[in-house]
Amino acid sequence: MTIQDMADVLHARVLIGKERLDTPVYTACCSDLMSDVLAFVDEKTVLITGLTNPHVIRTSEMLDLKCLVFARGKVPTDDILEGADELGMVVLHTKMTAFTACGLLYEAGLRGVPVPAEWHQGGSVS
Amino acid sequence: MNGLIHSEYPRETADYTHAGEASADIKRKLKQLGVSASVMRRVAVASYEVELNLVIHSDGGVLSLDVYPDSILLVSKDRGPGIPDLEMAMKEGYSTANEEARALGFGAGMGLPNMKRNADGFEIESEVGKGTEIRMSFNING
Repeated sequence: MTIQDMADVLHARVLIGKERLDTPVYTACCSDLMSDVLAFVDEKTVLITGLTNPHVIRTSEMLDLKCLVFARGKVPTDDILEGADELGMVVLHTKMTAFTACGLLYEAGLRGVPVPAEWHQGGSVS
Repeated sequence: MNGLIHSEYPRETADYTHAGEASADIKRKLKQLGVSASVMRRVAVASYEVELNLVIHSDGGVLSLDVYPDSILLVSKDRGPGIPDLEMAMKEGYSTANEEARALGFGAGMGLPNMKRNADGFEIESEVGKGTEIRMSFNING
């Protein structure tokens, strides 16, 4: 799947990075908790979030993330968008809730970021 | 051993606006030195976590970076208040962060364990009333 495919599934608007839409996407993570994102997300992962403060960009910068999706109609501020552009990221915006966005992406074949083995004790899948 | 780089970044309590700037600068410096992406990312994540801890939990302190030919050293030294129960603080999910930090997406209790996971060497010493010192080392060649 590419970022363009994701944008189509989510009926998303491309806020930043129109020229980078052919970037492949491997896994996804949906979280408003940057602490969790920092703990187990890698550079191949798309972050879906409703959080719109500059620490979303800082976190993305540390992890070398390539794509951010702002869900439930949240519009990031200009400084976030400028930061994302400087980092060479793609930023998408969808009016869907994070739940619906994740459900549709999962249905389209995208899977969650791998998590540590001990988290699987309940028998769930990523 | 002579260091290639030595930088210090003072951090103040509750300065959420600038939290992360030191780590961004550290990452830029490592990139200029040609450090591999995976090592750079581990250093950046650990640095950002410890920088956030200085801002969220400490009474102010200094984060320092030292780069040697084979290794990278990050040291965070604060002026207090110290961690009463280090064993609890090292557990995932345990946090004493305030509402302001949580509203920004932090305080999930992942910081210290995540630093330890990303660093090749991790040491923490803390004394209530004095402060906390965290030393993290990273092998440049992975």
